[in-house]
Amino acid sequence: MTSQIAIQEGLFSWPSDHPELLGSRCQHCGEASFPSQPDCRCCGQRDTQIVSLGHRGKLWTWTIQSFMPKPPYATDETAESFTPYGVGYVEMPGGVRVEGRIQLNPAAPLTIGMPLDLVVEPLRTDADGNQIMMFSFKPVEE
Amino acid sequence: MDVAIIGIGLHPFGRSPELTGQQQGANAVRAALADAGLQWKDMQFAYGGSQDGGNADALVNELGLTGLQFTNIWNGCATGGSSLHAAYTAIKSGEYDMGVVVGFDKHPRGAFNPKPSDWGLDNWYGESGMMLTTQFFAMKTQRYMHDHGITNDALIRVAEKAFYNGSLTSTAWRREALSYEQIANSQMVSDPLRKYMFCSPAEGGAALILCNADIARRYTRKPVLLKAAAVRTRHYGSFEVFSPSQPMQVADAPTVTASKAAFELAGIGPQEVDVLQLQDTDSGTEVIHMAENGFCEHGEQEQLLRDGATRIDGAMPVNTDGGCLANGEPVGASGLRQVHEICVQLRGEGGNRQVPGSPKVGYTHVYGAPGISGVNILTV
Repeated sequence: MTSQIAIQEGLFSWPSDHPELLGSRCQHCGEASFPSQPDCRCCGQRDTQIVSLGHRGKLWTWTIQSFMPKPPYATDETAESFTPYGVGYVEMPGGVRVEGRIQLNPAAPLTIGMPLDLVVEPLRTDADGNQIMMFSFKPVEE
Repeated sequence: MDVAIIGIGLHPFGRSPELTGQQQGANAVRAALADAGLQWKDMQFAYGGSQDGGNADALVNELGLTGLQFTNIWNGCATGGSSLHAAYTAIKSGEYDMGVVVGFDKHPRGAFNPKPSDWGLDNWYGESGMMLTTQFFAMKTQRYMHDHGITNDALIRVAEKAFYNGSLTSTAWRREALSYEQIANSQMVSDPLRKYMFCSPAEGGAALILCNADIARRYTRKPVLLKAAAVRTRHYGSFEVFSPSQPMQVADAPTVTASKAAFELAGIGPQEVDVLQLQDTDSGTEVIHMAENGFCEHGEQEQLLRDGATRIDGAMPVNTDGGCLANGEPVGASGLRQVHEICVQLRGEGGNRQVPGSPKVGYTHVYGAPGISGVNILTV
C-alpha cells in the first residue's frame, strides 16, 4: 500500500484537504519564520511556537527555472521530460515571504503582486512507490 | 601605519584542463612573487582559499616547506575578500611585516549545486529545485527593476561592456566582444536574465604580496596602499541567497554596510573613486551594486549606463577587465582578481584597457552566499 508522504514534516499541514503553510513565531518579538525554527533569527531568543502562515499570498518577486538543476534536485523528471517551473517569494498572511515553486500557466503570466494559492502535489515517487509531497503555489482561479 | 600591495599575480581564468586548482593557485603565487622580486621563503604568513580546488595550505608542497603560518579561509564568494582582510589585520597589528594571499578554484561545468546541509538548510530545499544562485540573482533583479524603473536595456549594456573589456584582457576567459543584439537575443536562463548576462563557474588563480607600507619601496617603485578592507554579513531583513523565507521588514544589504565601513575606514567618499570592481555574477547585480556601494542613487543606473559612465573611458569605470562575466567565476580567486585589476590600473599598467587620467583611488566589492560582502579601497 503506497501513500502520500510530505517531503519534510512540519512544512505544511498534511495530510489535509486544505493544507496551510506552517512556520514559527517568536513569542518575544513576534517575527515569523519559514520553515519553523526553535530560535528567532531576529532577536535571538529561543521561545517560538508553530503557527499557520496561511494558504493564499501575494507574489513579491519571481523567476523561471529554465534548465534542469543538478542534484540534489530530485524529481521523477529526465533531461527530456523536464519542464521549466516558476520560483518566487510569496507574501503570506502570517507575515513572512516564503520561497516556493510556482506553477506556470500561460493564461496567467507571473506578475509581481498577483494572488497565489498554496497547493500540495507529488514531487516524485520513492523506491517503495510512495508519493513524496511538496508545496507549491499556483495563480488563484476565480 | 598602512598596508601595501607590492606584488600581484594571476593564473589565467577560464579552463586549464592539465592543471589542478592548487597548481593554478601556486602559479599565481609565483607570478606575484616575481612581480615583487621576492621569494617564497620571504613570506612570513599566507591566507588562502578555494571552494572546489582543495585546501590552500597544501600549496606549500609546491612552493616550499618553509614553516610559515598558512591559514585556510572559506567564506563563499567573499573568500578572497576575507583572505585579504585577514592579511590586512595581520600586518596592521604589527605581528607580521610581509605575507601573501592566494585564491584559486576549479569548478565543474554548469551551475553550482551546493549541498543544503553545508548552508544550514534541510534537503527538501535542494531536492525541490530552489537552491540555485542563478534564481536568487534573477529574483533580486526582477524586484529591483520593478521598484526602481530599471529596464532590460541596462542589463544588456552591462554585459556588452563586460565582454568588450574582456576582449582587451589577455588573462580573461571570454575574449570576444558581443553585440547588443547578440546579448538581447541570447537564450533566457532565469527571467529576466539571459545566457550572456550570467557568469559561469570557471578556473583560475590570483595572489597578492602584502607588506608594511613603511618598507614597501624596497620592493617596488609603485606600492598600492590598501586603505580599507571590510567584510560584513547580513542583517535581519536583507534579501539574501539561499533563504527559504525572508522577513517583511527591510534592512540594508551586507554590501551597503561593508561599503560604508570601508569608506569610513579609508576616510574617502565614493566621489573620489576613479576605478571600480563590483561583483557581477550577472548583469542585474552589477546594476544593483552600483547603488548599494554608494556610487549612484537607486534607479539612476539606467541613464548612467546609457551614457557610458561605467565604460573604461567613462566617469566611473566598472570592471575594466571584464569582471566575472568575461573572466568566469572561480569562487576562491575572483575577489583577488578584482584587487589585481585595480592594482594594474593604479600602477598605470592597463595597456589598451587603461583608465585614462592616472587613476589614484580604486574600489573592489564582492558579494556571496549566504549574504556576505567584502569591500576594499586602494590608493596610490
